[in-house]
Amino acid sequence: MITTRYETSRTRLALGAFVATLHRDLVVTGREFVQFLVTALMQPIFFLFIFGKILPSIGLAAQGFTALLLPGIVALSSMLASLQGVTLPLVLDLGFAREIDDRLLAPLPAWMVAAEKLLLASVRGTIAGLTIFPIGFLILGNTFAVRTDRLGTLALMILLTAATGAVIGLLMGTIIKPEQISLMFTLIFTPLIFTGCTYYPWPALNHIRWFQAITMINPLTYCSEGLRYAMVPPVGGHQIPTMGIGWVIVALIVGIGLCGFAGTRTFLKRVVS
Amino acid sequence: MTSEQAISVRNLIKRYPQSSSNAVDGVSFEVERGGIFGLLGPNGAGKTTIIGVLTTAVIPTGGEASITGFDVVREQIRVKQHIAVVPQRPNLDRSLLVREILTFHAAYHGVPRREREAHADQLLKELGLYERRNEKADRYSGGMSQRLMIARALMHKPDVLFLDEPTNNLDPQSRLFLWERIRALNEQGLTILLTTHDMDEADQLCQRIAIMDLGRILVNDTPAELKKLIPGGNSLELHVETAEPAVLVERFGALPGVSKVEEVPNTGAEAEPGVTSFHVFAAEAGALVGAAAQAILEAGARVRDIRVRQATLEEVFIYLTGKHLR
Repeated sequence: MITTRYETSRTRLALGAFVATLHRDLVVTGREFVQFLVTALMQPIFFLFIFGKILPSIGLAAQGFTALLLPGIVALSSMLASLQGVTLPLVLDLGFAREIDDRLLAPLPAWMVAAEKLLLASVRGTIAGLTIFPIGFLILGNTFAVRTDRLGTLALMILLTAATGAVIGLLMGTIIKPEQISLMFTLIFTPLIFTGCTYYPWPALNHIRWFQAITMINPLTYCSEGLRYAMVPPVGGHQIPTMGIGWVIVALIVGIGLCGFAGTRTFLKRVVS
Repeated sequence: MTSEQAISVRNLIKRYPQSSSNAVDGVSFEVERGGIFGLLGPNGAGKTTIIGVLTTAVIPTGGEASITGFDVVREQIRVKQHIAVVPQRPNLDRSLLVREILTFHAAYHGVPRREREAHADQLLKELGLYERRNEKADRYSGGMSQRLMIARALMHKPDVLFLDEPTNNLDPQSRLFLWERIRALNEQGLTILLTTHDMDEADQLCQRIAIMDLGRILVNDTPAELKKLIPGGNSLELHVETAEPAVLVERFGALPGVSKVEEVPNTGAEAEPGVTSFHVFAAEAGALVGAAAQAILEAGARVRDIRVRQATLEEVFIYLTGKHLR
């Protein structure tokens, strides 16, 4: 076999390999699309139904609560979908399946294999987040309300939320050992879901300062609050108070940068010894 | 950029973090283009680490290694372009169908669509997998998975193929089939480096063999030369009907090049009364067959059996690496 491929530049080789691995993941995601949607959306659908529909109907939650809840559910669905899209497969793959080796032997630097995982997970998170809108409309009926004058911010917030889930997923996926999966999921997911201002707005915690401080450690808080800013319609001409959108965006971008850097480093440590 | 050597390793050292000794401890060897090179050694000798370094999965602590002239640390993309790996354990992409495993692998390497589709079909046919190309790989047997991994490795037409214990856990048919394929690929110009602790395999396939232990290469030579390493490893085994064994010992000892003659105690189930066995050690024992037969006739004895005994690689291996378990 005679070598005839020197003419292709390294950059082109690496980009080609990157696109091909992305294509592979899109094909696989497409095939498992129904399964993906069920996994990503089952929990949010029930949250929406119980907290957004049933509780207000029986008078245990105020009518306005639904409008505050919906952005939280978009944030939760998007983040969990992208996070789960990386973490579990990566834990299993690095632990014993080693299916990833074939991609690590492709002519691209190993960090680009991690970057591709982040990109794909972000796509999955974005799809899951967007799917909540029609589902919310169906479940909530006439209490479904989203303002339409901040669509650019809304799009940016969904992308940032999905990317946040992806980088956390990469970090978790490269740290957790297969035998620790169920413990880590309980230890990380439960606090993540409940301290992320998904079901309550952050400014309302002003009277419970210590808890408000805790929620600020959770990246989901910033996602929920940013989406609230972009989605909740003004009531009687008044904006509902949220965390400042500027701070939210800065915090998320910094967080994505730090976490993505750390996750890529731990990824490289796992695949190159 | 080309190089005469397909693989070049110089003073390679690898020490893993939190380890007190070097997994690879100053290894040097070269494999010329078109060669089949075997790394032989007990478990933990450092074979897989060397493959790891040469396939960019392990960063060396010291020394240098290159593939067709490309440094494995500085030119990783080029190295990956030119190599293929068949690992010890199946790592097939179980989310894809068998044929897609091949076509996607080629796509990762930038092979154009039409070419990769045709090549995939051709390899699937050659390796007897074409009928089951639209299944998922997790339904494949061990032998089929192995063949599929070889097909995958060949999809981007590499120059150097790494086989890490390729016939471990294979049935005899699969093993023979694989050996034939390896030889055929080598004849087409592919350079092959394989690790094994199967002596027979190394003997059958490799043009050169390096025997490793504890991170070092103990010897590096052709299989024939390695077998000469055991003192007296080359000998004639003679079974003779004679009444006077001592005369024969004397006559054999007088043959040219003989270093030692042993009269083997005739015990055990196969012992026949009146038949004595001798071991005649010489550098070129095979050349002594005629002269030994002549000597037996002249002594008035009768030949029952003459065999040329060569040391097996296994004997060389045990001789060099010792018998203790690790």
